Amino acid sequence: MSNLAVLPIVLPLIAAIILIFFNSNVKISRLLTKVFSLAGLAVAGYVFLHVMENGTITLQTGSWVAPYGIILVVDALSAVLILTTNIVSVACAFYAAHAGLGEKEKFYFYPFFFFLITGVTGAFITGDLFNLFVFFEVLLMASYALIVLGGDKVQLRESIKYLLINLFSSMLFVTAIAFIYGVVGTINMAQISERVGEVEQQGILTTIAFLLFFVFATKAALFPLYYWLPNSYIVPNPVISALFGALLTKVGVYSITRVFTLIFTHRLELTHEFFIWIAGLSMIFGVIGALSTNNIKLIVAYNIIPAIGYMIMGIGIFNQEALSGSIYYLVQDMIVKAALFLLVGVIAYVAGTSDLRKMGGLIHHYPVLGWLLFISAFVLAGIPPFSGFIGKLLLLEGAFQGGDIVIAIIALITSLLILYSVIKIFIRGFWGDKDTIKNLEKKSTKGMIGPIVFLLSFTVILGIGAEFFYPISDSIAEYLLDPEIYIDSVLKE
Amino acid sequence: MIRPNNLILRTTTSLIAFLLLGFSIYSFFAGHNAPGGGFIGGLMTAGAILLLYMSYGIETVDEMLPINYTTLISSGLAIAVGTGVGSFIFGAPFLSHTFGYFHFPIFGEVELATAMLFDLGVYLTVVGVVMTIILTIANDQE
Repeated sequence: MSNLAVLPIVLPLIAAIILIFFNSNVKISRLLTKVFSLAGLAVAGYVFLHVMENGTITLQTGSWVAPYGIILVVDALSAVLILTTNIVSVACAFYAAHAGLGEKEKFYFYPFFFFLITGVTGAFITGDLFNLFVFFEVLLMASYALIVLGGDKVQLRESIKYLLINLFSSMLFVTAIAFIYGVVGTINMAQISERVGEVEQQGILTTIAFLLFFVFATKAALFPLYYWLPNSYIVPNPVISALFGALLTKVGVYSITRVFTLIFTHRLELTHEFFIWIAGLSMIFGVIGALSTNNIKLIVAYNIIPAIGYMIMGIGIFNQEALSGSIYYLVQDMIVKAALFLLVGVIAYVAGTSDLRKMGGLIHHYPVLGWLLFISAFVLAGIPPFSGFIGKLLLLEGAFQGGDIVIAIIALITSLLILYSVIKIFIRGFWGDKDTIKNLEKKSTKGMIGPIVFLLSFTVILGIGAEFFYPISDSIAEYLLDPEIYIDSVLKE
Repeated sequence: MIRPNNLILRTTTSLIAFLLLGFSIYSFFAGHNAPGGGFIGGLMTAGAILLLYMSYGIETVDEMLPINYTTLISSGLAIAVGTGVGSFIFGAPFLSHTFGYFHFPIFGEVELATAMLFDLGVYLTVVGVVMTIILTIANDQE
């Protein structure tokens, strides 16, 4: 019994409600947003330290005993992800005031921002399959509103697609929960896991597992269900794209991790073998997409898909190294994707176009911007001093140990192509003559660089301080491989 | 344009709208022990207000009920979250509810539960959401 577990959900929720009252006063909204996001980061940091010291926090809401009430569980994995979510939210909160949102700030941008954070942290914390669905809807509703905010023609077009695919997969999610409730008679994840274990995942349970995977794969944009993602992620304001790219797909990855390390772990040769294939195909097709375009925003959006592939590959291989790598990669990718979306937002803003063929020579005007992009390209590809390296190294180690050589080779080649796709922005956009873009106006990037530096500094810390962070991800992986610990912490007598 | 004389509609509306309001409040309070509750109560209240809008026109009812429905949504949310967070003060887990028996002059002994405050939040949010949706579409000029 500790109300600490609910604070990361309640704090942004309260912030959102308060901000609805102040929607027309932009100055107060901005100030409150910064204050609340910093408070959220402080709470998340405290929760993280508490979990690291004292182990899993569980909260039985409304004092109802374990399998009967709604249980909130903050274990090490959730705590890490909440902390990362709040780091991203702080960066976006500080960027938002300078992002050129204009009138949109008055139309409930900040409340929706915090509702999105509420949904994401709620999905990370809940210990209940139906509550996971509810929090998915909370974050999706907020994302529908954010994607269409402003009402441009392209935004309307892309939001229709986004809404339809997510509505469909949500309906499928409810159906899958209905099936699982029909078979095992509970929706508490710990108890489902116990009961699935008792019958060793026989009969229809594997079908339900695939149904759930299909649902989460749609949310996480895996092959072949990623076609909705790239275009719908580039149409809103960069700060909204950054939130989406950093958080939304990762909730899908988290759900796959949770469900397939806790509940459906008895037929690995069917489920997890399948994930490796899906992961490989996601990497190949995602990176092909990133190479095929000259739109810098689209390049970054397509790069989400191979990254998701890496994470799912770790879950598919299912040994300690690979899972540990998967978690390391998940955390660093949330941060670097947010940084990259914000970066290309600034680049498109200063260059006045997001088409690479019309750019060039930006390094003469904006050197800081150029080098930040250079660093984030290296982080993304996994060059040693940065954080991308550790995650990929662990994943490859896991793949070689598990004997999955093909996926390891695909992952390596994909890394190279990812580097090429992002460094292309640097080469084409920043190199070249000073006057490649005619009539380039010097625009102020005040307030936009700070949040990006803030985010990228975490990737450097995560890379250089791997000695310190690796034991955390390793212990999480060890914990994930033994569902008994989770079940005991929730259903203790 | 000559406005049709809708005397019958208006007279019956003033009767039916208040019957509806009364029934919606009844079902809101009945929610604990009988079918009903904040959601259905809020929907029916919104139905009653909507009936007034349909028969009297937007300008008249706006004057009659000067309510900002967007604020109603956030107030409802604040009340619902407040009842959840309120349990922090008593050291109980989030969303813990309590109840007690109280004696009132006319009603006699009544069971009062804090769950009703949560329901009140739901009620206000539902009224606010439904009215915001309908009035936004109705006021759309383009």
